[in-house]
Amino acid sequence: MSAAVSFFNPTGQTRVLPGFGLSLGYTLVYLSLVVLIPLAAVFIQTASLTWGEFWAIVSAPRVVATYKLSFGAALLAAAINAVFGLMLAWSLVRYSFPGKKLVDALIDLPFALPTAVAGIALSALWAGNGWLGALLAPFGIKVAYTPLGVLVALIFIGVPFVVRTVQPVLEDLETELEEAAASLGAHRSQTFTRVLLPVLTPALLTGFALAFARAVGEYGSVIFIAGNIPMVSEIAPLIIITKLEQYDESGATAIAVVMLLFSFLMLLAINLLQAWSARRTGRNR
Amino acid sequence: MASAAAILPATGHAREGRYENNAATRERPWVRALILTLALSFFVLFLLLPLVVVFHQALAKGWGTAAAAVTDPDALAAVRLTLLAAGIAVPLNLVFGVSAAWAIARFEFRGKQVLSTLIDLPFSVSPVIAGLIYVLIFGAQGWFGSWFIEHDIKIVFAVPGIVLATIFVTFPFVARELIPLMQAQGRDDEEAATVLGATGLQTFWRVTLPNIKWGLLYGTILCNARAMGEFGAVSVVSGHIRGETNTMPLHVEILYNEYNFAAAFAVASLLAMLALVTLALKSWVEWQANRVVTQKEAMVRK
Repeated sequence: MSAAVSFFNPTGQTRVLPGFGLSLGYTLVYLSLVVLIPLAAVFIQTASLTWGEFWAIVSAPRVVATYKLSFGAALLAAAINAVFGLMLAWSLVRYSFPGKKLVDALIDLPFALPTAVAGIALSALWAGNGWLGALLAPFGIKVAYTPLGVLVALIFIGVPFVVRTVQPVLEDLETELEEAAASLGAHRSQTFTRVLLPVLTPALLTGFALAFARAVGEYGSVIFIAGNIPMVSEIAPLIIITKLEQYDESGATAIAVVMLLFSFLMLLAINLLQAWSARRTGRNR
Repeated sequence: MASAAAILPATGHAREGRYENNAATRERPWVRALILTLALSFFVLFLLLPLVVVFHQALAKGWGTAAAAVTDPDALAAVRLTLLAAGIAVPLNLVFGVSAAWAIARFEFRGKQVLSTLIDLPFSVSPVIAGLIYVLIFGAQGWFGSWFIEHDIKIVFAVPGIVLATIFVTFPFVARELIPLMQAQGRDDEEAATVLGATGLQTFWRVTLPNIKWGLLYGTILCNARAMGEFGAVSVVSGHIRGETNTMPLHVEILYNEYNFAAAFAVASLLAMLALVTLALKSWVEWQANRVVTQKEAMVRK
């Protein structure tokens, strides 16, 4: 008994298990209803604008300032997370220290803590009278209600991405590689930069890209600490909301299209990075 | 996403200290001290202190104020709405996750990779845009807006919009956990059951479900945490009407913007406790899943 080769069955293999039509059909219908058709609405709505109108909205100085802040702060936060995330993952895999289990569990706090709670907590912490803000105030450094506040919030929400992509790769790494390097006379720092880092790079970049993509669209944790001053500390998602509140749906949608196109590019980049990472480490993710 | 890897067995955990007792994999003491200090300082500054400050601020004006804020009728209405939204979104996405994982991990078909990527889409869309799309479709000027107005049905700036936005942002969680897990397990067990005469449902309940239960639970826990905590998407579609269309995170925002900080942090501390319970459950599930794998490995070795 052999099934015919068809569009959905390119290999023509007989399917032993039941439920293919049902599960795939349900998946496609639900995906279309919840995600694809609603997202298409953004593009269809934008099609009602002429190219000139669209360009005028998305290139207005106040809007461009929000891209600069959102993308710039997200890039910097992801870079900081890449450095400290690697050190955290390294410490969790390689060193034993008191409270290690607790640290490991709390790494995922930004996934579990509602962003609004994170936002007000970070503002309270970094405001001029807060625990950390008060330490910086004598030096004239203001964090809350400035672009630095945006950076702090984006660092917070990005922490787990780098740690959780690098950690499993580090755990799977065989010690033989390093033993071979050491026996061949490599200094520990040489072993790290020439042997370990090349293996970790794809995972590190994946974590960086995930943190960056998430940070660009982040809203809840940022708006409380940012101060939201136009041209200074206003992020791109906020300007979408501002336009919506002014009943300017076309304006909001045009900016949403720019951000969505960026999200699609990031999704593509992340997929390619993960495929590279899987090839490099032999892990099937 | 990143969390998918965490549930897979960690090979290194069993041999504690295997790096520190090996000259080839050991750093000099000062390097080790430096890395640990930097990593843990970062942890304290960016993760631990924000968590501690929530509880500290909640109790800044005493237990009485905190208790009053949490038992306020508007706060209780927000709790009920949050539970309702999560209560609808999580089961729907759970069924979807199982269905998607069954199709993707058990069958070969064209466009599988594309489908898998599309399922991840809501993760990379800004929550604000997730809310915006429902305003575009169901809002007064939206596609179906006039029809709903004629029939006196409110979707956006009302409870249905909040539920829809919550479904969107929590859409991938269960599928994301199950797909790699079921792909790694392979389809041999289910095929054996089917060949031996089990019906589809019997195969699913007796073979698949016991195999995926920890991954399923893991995905559901994360899905629920996001459903209860979502802010951006829900904020766009909510009318911000106290006692009616406010979820807990939105209630926190309103209290905070009214400079009622103690009350805002009191309600926030409930959400922070939910986060801690989520993390504890998640760690427990990982531990259970690892235990099962270790037991299976031990049986194979015998």
